[in-house]
Parts: sequence; structure tokens; C-alpha cells
Amino acid sequence: MNVAKLSAVLLLALVMALSACQDSSITILNAAGATFPYPIYSKWFDEYHKLHPNVQINYQSIGSGGGIRQLLDRTVDFGASDGPMSDEQLAAAQIQILHFPTVLGADVPSYNLPGVTAELKFTPQALAGIFLGKITKWNDPAIAEANPGVSLPAQDIVVIHRSDGSGTTYIWTDYLSKVSDEWRTRVGRGTSVNWPVGLGGKGNEGVAGLVKQTPYSLGYVELVYALQNNMTYAAVRNSAGVFLKATLGSVSAAAASVAASMPQDFRVSITNPGGATAYPIASFTWLLVPTRIEDAAKRAAVKDFLTWMMTAGQEYCEPLAYAKLPQEIVARETQAIALIQ
Amino acid sequence: MATAHTTVDSGDFSRLRGWLRRLRSGDEIARLVTLLFASSVILLTLLLVYRLWDESVQARQTFGWTFLFSRVWDPVAGQFGALPFVYGTLVTSLLGLMVAVPLGLGAAIFLAELAPRRISDGLTFLIDLLAAVPSVIYGLLGIFIVVPLMRTVIQPALQQTLGFLPFFQGPAYGIGFLTGGVVLAVMIVPFIISVSREVLLAVPVEQREAALALGATRWEATWKAVVPYARAGLLGSVFLALARALGETMAVTMVVGNNPNISASLFAPGYSIAAVLANEFSEATGDLYLSALMELALVLFLVTFILNGLARILIVLTARRGSGMAQV
Repeated sequence: MNVAKLSAVLLLALVMALSACQDSSITILNAAGATFPYPIYSKWFDEYHKLHPNVQINYQSIGSGGGIRQLLDRTVDFGASDGPMSDEQLAAAQIQILHFPTVLGADVPSYNLPGVTAELKFTPQALAGIFLGKITKWNDPAIAEANPGVSLPAQDIVVIHRSDGSGTTYIWTDYLSKVSDEWRTRVGRGTSVNWPVGLGGKGNEGVAGLVKQTPYSLGYVELVYALQNNMTYAAVRNSAGVFLKATLGSVSAAAASVAASMPQDFRVSITNPGGATAYPIASFTWLLVPTRIEDAAKRAAVKDFLTWMMTAGQEYCEPLAYAKLPQEIVARETQAIALIQ
Repeated sequence: MATAHTTVDSGDFSRLRGWLRRLRSGDEIARLVTLLFASSVILLTLLLVYRLWDESVQARQTFGWTFLFSRVWDPVAGQFGALPFVYGTLVTSLLGLMVAVPLGLGAAIFLAELAPRRISDGLTFLIDLLAAVPSVIYGLLGIFIVVPLMRTVIQPALQQTLGFLPFFQGPAYGIGFLTGGVVLAVMIVPFIISVSREVLLAVPVEQREAALALGATRWEATWKAVVPYARAGLLGSVFLALARALGETMAVTMVVGNNPNISASLFAPGYSIAAVLANEFSEATGDLYLSALMELALVLFLVTFILNGLARILIVLTARRGSGMAQV
């Protein structure tokens, strides 16, 4: 009996001592959202924590939809999304939310054409026709005229798209909606759409796997993913008439070309911009931050992180194959940080 | 301790004293605890159904019964319908059963009746391991092995020999209902084998001996005496496998093509309820979209419930005198 009582008292004392040791000066921020920028975000949060050991940011990549939901439910301090919140969502939120672009992503058309080694070029009309199911053969004139000298086979095109909701799909359908009226009215833009044709793969890896496995297939994947996995992808003609393969430079150029006309809240689509060096299928990914943050320590941490992210943090982008924010955008975002109170 | 109670104790009081005695001796506690566990399972299921019903209210009010018959799934326009998913779920599961049941029952009969004991035990151990393999692994096996095999060998062969049937027409992607069904079959065969083997081994040896004594060959004894006796259990194993197939998510979504389309051709891509829930749930923004997905989950629950109910009825109907079920 005595030994049991003694050990119970000791255990209690240990627990109390441990809880008293807890450092209450650590600011913990919780965030959740998009999966696309997860590698760069986790790198940033880690590096920021090394510079500021008293700030810890936890990020759960549960998807853009989940990030928006968690933010609206106030279970996280800020969210992340590949697609901007819609007007209805912003109106329905009880709080005012700011969008901060962080990095740029792009979609590339990846294909599997046995026997064709030349790099293909696609016009916007060809891509729209293929994904609408109206262009069904590889040797269709719409594709052949952009690829003179390449002998395209007379095979059916197997279209591959995403089966899960994703910012990648949002970028692709946003672009197709801009270049094709029929796509805009028939299908529209969204993270998940009613695809007229095609097989669905789950995640970038699912689409990539299906494209690699299925001869005569065409699908879209994130540029980051295509670069890291050495996938074959095609050049796309931009609005200035130049056929461009996606590179980090051409993606940043797409953002720079809309910097002047960007709206105050940064909710802009940068697909199909003007500019000869701009890749047409690119997009921002945003951090969603409420304008009012009650806790002073959290507010200071968020503002400081955002400032760091836009300046020193951008150095970590290129090694991870993300495109940096152009200077013009950074300047405007720095002004917007002041709105967080 | 049994003293004669006089009429001073009323009936209720003595029952209460009896209950208190059982409580102190642990019997009543054991009964209450096990009752709690049993009812918690039922309560969890009811809670699940209640939550699904509650969360799907917006979709149910917007679409009504047309949800079950609509073929459109358009998140952008806000139009949702369950028919392609129900069709895909039923087609892949039934196809899986059609391939797995002969294979599984045949293997179980071999392992229980015809194989030497050591081989039977060793193979059973391996088959039980197969049942424990995660479904993602089956999905990967499907993508890397079954799909190319389907696309290059099996589907063209089927098209050449049976191409006049509407089931085997259309381009052979390798991905589609047929591949989904085959992968599901590979997943549910271990369940059928292990449960059926147990059921066959539980048949009393007198049944076999009686058949053999009447002059039956070994196969006749097995097929005409042992298997009909175990029929209820064998059907039970098949429906257990069906329940697994209906809910299977990852393996199916990797090979079925994820295209909400209703087509007679087994080569065409399709979709199943579990697959669309896995794919679209985490990114679903918008209350109607989420609500429609919840309603799909409710539909899957109902489909599983109905099929299992039919299974029970079938088992009861086919039980006959002189079979294992008759003792129930």
C-alpha cells in the first residue's frame, strides 16, 4: 500500500513539474491547405523556425478545399489554396480574408507517342479540341499544322485528366475556358469538372503513371512534377503567337505581365496573359490570411513570416523547381501586409 | 445459504436481492459490459447513418429522387447524379464475384477435401497472408501488371473472339470495368477461400462417410454430400466477399478509369461510389457538392445493406433439412 501511494505521489509531482517547464513564449501557428506547394511551404516553415525558434508553424496539406473550410471554421490561423476563393465564398465568410500569392505553378501537356522523338507543339485550339473530344486522332490537321515535318500516327488520342479535385485542374480548365468559348459554356472552370472525355488518374502521379503506361495518350501535370520526373512535355502557343515550353523563367514572366493590372486583392488568373515570353498555363498559389488576428504574438509572427517569405524565402524556390514571384508583385504584397491588424 | 423465504418478502424484493447478489459475484457486471459493447456497435452504425442523412439534406432537397437516376456529375454547374457510380459499383463487384467465386470455391474444395493435410495447411497460411495485403498494393499490382496484360493480350483476344457481344466492343485501354472487376476478384478470392475452407472442414465427417459407404466416388461424396451441407456457409463467404468488393476504394480507383459513364462495354472506363468519394471529398468546396457526396455515401450504405439483406434471405431460403443451417 505504501509503495503504491508513494509512486502515485511521485508521478503526480513529475507531471506537475513537467507542465511547469512548458515554455509559454512559443507562438504556434496552424495552417492547412493546398498540396501543390507543400514542399516549398514545409521548407519555408522549417527555415523560418531556424531563424525564429520561438515561432512554430504547422501545416497540413489536406487540399485547397479543406484549407478553405478549416479557415472559415477558424480552426487554423491561415489557409492555403491553389485556386482563389470565389465571391460567394468570400461573402459567406464571417471574416475578411486576404490572398497572398506565394509561388507560381504551371501545367504542362505531357504525352506518350511511341515512335515520335521530336518535341510537339500545341495551339490553344488543338488542346481545347482534344479535351472536348472533338479532335480524336493524333494526325488531325489541327495538331499537324503546328508540327510540320513530324509524322504523327493515325491513332486515337487517349485523354488523361485528374480524377481528384485539384488546383492543377483549376489552372488547366481556367486556361481552356479562356481560349475556347465552347469549353467555357460546356464545361467551365473548377477544381473538379465534368470532363467530356478521358480517363482519370488520382494525383499528378496517377496522371503521370497513366500517360507513361498508355501509348498515344495525352495528359496534363504540374511543371514541378514533370521536371522532377523527366517527363516528355510539349510547348504551347501563347497569346503572342510564340510556342513556349514551360520553364521557371517563362512562368515568372506570366506573372510579371499581369502585375500592372492586378486587382487589389491579388485574386487574378494569369492564364493566357500577354507578353512574348510568358507561358500561357500558369497560376499563383495563395496563402489565405484573415485581416483581423486577435493574438498580438500571432499577428506579429504572421506578418513577419509573410515579409520573409516574399524576400529571403523566394531563394528557396528555384532549387525545388517552383517559379519565384516577380518583383512587382512582391512590392504590392508588402503593402498589403499592412492591412493585417 | 438458501433459507426459506416467508411471504414477508414480496416477489420484487427477492428479484432485487437476486440481482444484487449476481452483481456482486460479477455475473451481472459481465452481462452489462458485454451488452454495452454489443449495443455500441449498433449505436455507431446508427450514428453513422444519422450523420450521413443529416449532412446530405441539402442534396436530397435539391434533387429529390432524380439524384438516383441522373447521369450527370457536374461540380461546376452544380448538377449531381448517382446513377453512373451505382452502375460502376455494381458492375465491378459482380464481375469480381463472377471471376472469384468459381476460383475461390474450387480452391477451398481442393484445400478442404482433396489436398494432403500438410499442403493444405501451408497453402492456407499463404492465402490468409494474401487477405491481409493492403488494397493499395493490389492497386499497384493492377496498374503495373494487370493493365498492360489487359491492353496487349486479353482485351484484343476477347475482342477478336467475342467481339460480337456488346460487352467486348470499343477501344482497349486496359483500364476500365473489366480490369476493375479482375483486380477486385484477386482481392476477394482469399476471403472466399479461407471462409469456405473453414466451413467445409466443419462439415461432420459422418456426411462424407455416409456418402462413401453408399458407393460414391470421392468427388461425388464431396460434391453431393459435403458441399450441399455447407451451402449456407459457402453463400455466406461469397456475400462477405461481395461486401468487401462493394466498399473497395483504392484498388478500384487506380484501374477503373474514373470516368462517370454508363456503357455496356466492359472495356470502357467507369467509376464507383467509393472511388469518387476518395477522389473528390477532400477538395470539395461548396455545400451542395459536399452534400451530394454525402448522399452518395448514403446510397452506398443502402446498396450494401440491401445486398446483405438479400444475402441473408437467400441463405435462409436455401437452408434445408440435413444441412448445417438446419441446426440453427
